[in-house]
Order: sequence, then structure tokens, then C-alpha cells
Amino acid sequence: MQLDRELLWMICGIVALLALSSAITFLLKRRSGGGENKVIANLDARVKAWWVMVAVFAIAIATGGIGSVILFGLVSFFALREFITLTPTRAADHRTLFWVFFIVTPLQYYLVATHWYGLFAILIPVYAFILVPTRSAIAGDSAQFLERTAKIQWALMVCVYCVSHVPALLMLEIPGYEGQNGKLLLFFVLVVQISDVLQYVWGKLLGRHKIAPDISPNKTVEGFVGGVLSATGIGTALWWATPFNPWQAALLSLTVTLMGFFGGLVMSAIKRDRGVKDYGSMIEGHGGVMDRIDSICFAAPVFFHLVRYYFT
Amino acid sequence: MRRLTGAHFTGGICRARMNKPLVAWLIRLLSGVRPIPAELCPAGVAIYFANHSSHLDFLTIWAALPASVRARARPVAGRDYWEKTAMRRRIARNFFNAVLIERQHVTVATNPLEPMLAALDAGHSLIVFPEGTRSPDGRIHAFKSGLHHLARARPDVALVPVYLQDLSRILPKGDILPVPLIASLSVGAPLRFDPAEAKLDFLRRAQGAVEALSH
Repeated sequence: MQLDRELLWMICGIVALLALSSAITFLLKRRSGGGENKVIANLDARVKAWWVMVAVFAIAIATGGIGSVILFGLVSFFALREFITLTPTRAADHRTLFWVFFIVTPLQYYLVATHWYGLFAILIPVYAFILVPTRSAIAGDSAQFLERTAKIQWALMVCVYCVSHVPALLMLEIPGYEGQNGKLLLFFVLVVQISDVLQYVWGKLLGRHKIAPDISPNKTVEGFVGGVLSATGIGTALWWATPFNPWQAALLSLTVTLMGFFGGLVMSAIKRDRGVKDYGSMIEGHGGVMDRIDSICFAAPVFFHLVRYYFT
Repeated sequence: MRRLTGAHFTGGICRARMNKPLVAWLIRLLSGVRPIPAELCPAGVAIYFANHSSHLDFLTIWAALPASVRARARPVAGRDYWEKTAMRRRIARNFFNAVLIERQHVTVATNPLEPMLAALDAGHSLIVFPEGTRSPDGRIHAFKSGLHHLARARPDVALVPVYLQDLSRILPKGDILPVPLIASLSVGAPLRFDPAEAKLDFLRRAQGAVEALSH
């Protein structure tokens, strides 16, 4: 693979941003003295975890297509693990879950890797939709049947179907942008994740009015507006790395940051319903994998289809 | 392709002298259980007693114990199950150093208490499941009296309640295919044995200590 100068610039920019965050965290820690400050300790853990996540992601993108497919396949697998653990299922669902984890999930990513768009788009909404209730019905337990089936199907849609649209960006054939889709993937993940980070930062600095206190106590109007606008600005400023012109980059960035916000809100509602604060504890400072990718879930399929409709 | 049987698998384990920290780490990775902090484990000999719903239960407790505690902890298991095949016997005896006890034809000669007391006297801790068998429905069933006999015979041994969650969802009774969910394990404060307490009250108290960890 030829070294892509633009890709390199993007990665350098991210590393610089992380270095800046580490420096700020270091200064905050020094200023707060020896006293234990929970917010700063959590910030410290978050920034450290970001270094690891960026390193893993950069390696995956650098290996070309297959690395990204494997990385997001693993992300789906771990997210699904957290989601199903949190969702009560019954013994009769055991074999259904075996299919979901070990057949449906790998198959979905196999379809991404082989660029089989036709089946990729319907495997889970059509075939898994039939498989899940059928296998559970064969196991012969009708208690809370619709509820159990719906929960498993939802888990598959959110953790596997939606997330698989991120590496699926690599299968889009955009005229004049051949062989450069890795940058599109990086652009999308960067805008959605930086929107999360900036909503957190703006919220901590200016946050007053809570948007949905019963669902996500940390989300404020100030954080939401500040985060979405500044992330859209960053997305617009990155138009040179994408197949879009600045206006298109701005509109798409605005759309994915809004979808990201909706995703975060809905995944929070599920957590509150189950009475937990985080989906897991795999990523220090952030919670589980699902806590980190909640905003990606809703944004990925929308971004994928907008780009596919207008640019291919 | 040659079919890889269980015998090959365990033969491999024994020949390669697979190291126990690695196996413990793998079990924790697969079950999602976090290591038990060392300060929750008594310094001396202890009996860890837990609810029982899956074959993975003893593996999980064994793997979650701090390495120094694990080195002298022995799971207690039913001889009828673990001596049925050469493979099971090798896993139980060679790798986990399990104390195998008679469950079906208990006579004076095969008194299940003897090997357990001998292990305690030799300075080993025990991992026991007082329900006697895996729960078929996920609920905690009445404790059998073995735990009381042990506690009365060795009143100084710490009795540590352990609650295991979601392991039966990973590998339920009667199934061989695991589903990779995240199990969790909670450890409670050690119980004190009171010679004045009636057997049934003691057993109910022990069961209650495990149940209390489930909330």
C-alpha cells in the first residue's frame, strides 16, 4: 500500500491532540495537589485509554481492509457480550445465543470482508430475525417469549449490524477516491468520537441545563450544543481528506454527531432500565466497550447509506 | 484432519506442564471474572463455599483467587463424575489437585469428610459447593450438612461465602457449548462457627450469607 500523505496528517493531528490532552491532565493533576480528585483521576484514566485505543485503531487502519474488519468484528463481539450479559435471557435461549455469537456475528463480518453488500444489508434484519425466535421456540419455553426474542434481536442490531457499517465503509466505490476509503473510516470515527469528547468537555465547563436527567445525568444543553458545533467544525476542516467538499463535510458531520447523540441517549436509557452505570469495565475510565461505541451505533448506518446514496 | 479429542487436549496440558497462572488468566479472560483482592482472603486455611450452577464454578473460583491462595486451594468434587473417564481424572487430580469425595455409596470406609479434613490439616484451603450438586433452575437450594460437619470438626478454619453469577448462562447444566457472557463473583466476610448454634440454623445462616451477596 502506498503511504497516503493525508492519512498520515490525520494520524499526526490525533497524536498531537492526545499529547495536548495528556499535558492538560498532567497540569490539572499538579494544580489539584496530592488530594484525590475523582473527576481528574477519571480524566487521567480516560486519556490513557484513548492512547491505547488510538494505537490499536491506527494499526488496524494501516494494515488496510482486513485489519479494520477484524478490529470492528472484535468490538461487536465484546459489545454483544456486555449487552447480552445485562439482558435477562432464559435457559431456552442458550443455543440461540450460541448461534448469535459464533455464527451470525462472524458471518456478518465475513460479508463485510468479502464486500458482499446484498447479503450484508439483510443478514440480521431478515435471516437472524427469523433464526432467533425459531431456535428459541424449538427449545420450547414460551415464558416472556416476545420479550426475550426482541432483546436478542435488538442486541444483534445494535452491537453487530450497526457497528459493522463502520468497516463496511471500505466497500464503497467512490469515483476518484479509489483505495482511499481508510481515510473515510478514520474521518467518521474521529468526528463521532470527538463529538463525544467535546460534549463532555463543554458540559464540564459550562453545563447547567440537563437534557434528560433521568436517563443520562451528564448530558447538558450547553455540552450538547457546544460539542455538536465544535465537532462539526472539526469535521468540516477535515474535508480535504474525504471525497466531500467543505459544505458536504459540514452537513455529514452535523448528521453523524446528532445520530451519535441519539445513540448515546438510547444506550443510556437501556443502562438505567437495567440499573447499571456502565455496560462493563473493559476500558479503564470509560466503562465497557459498549459505553465507548454507543454513539457509533446509530451514526454508522446513517453515514454509510448517505455516502452510498450520494457519492457512489 | 485429525479429530482433536479431549484426551489429546489434556494430554497436551500434562505433557506441556502448562503453567497455572496462564490457565487461570485464560479462565478469567473467558468468564470475565475479575481477580479477588488479596485482602478479602483470610491469611490462614479457609473453606470457600459457593452456590453451584455450572461446571465452570470451581474453575472460576480457582482462577479468581490470588496466586498465593490458589497454590494451596483444592476444589472438592464428586468422585462419581470426575473418575468416570481418564481425561476427567487427569484434569481433576493432576491439574487442579481436587479432593474427590464419594457422593453415592457413602460408607464408613468412604466417609467424604476424611479426605477433606486431611486436606485442611495439611494446610490446604477448600473450595466447596454445599448444595451438593448443580442447581437446575439457577436458584440457590438448601445446603447439605457437609459444611456443618467440617466447621464443627475444625472450628478455627475461616468460612468464606462466595456468590457466583451468570455462570449457568455461560455453560448450563446439560449443555456442552459455552456462550461467552461476563460472569461475576462476590466474596463476603468470613462466618464464625458457633458451637451452640443448631445445625440447621448454621446451614441457613451460611446459605443466607451467599444469598446476601447476590443483591
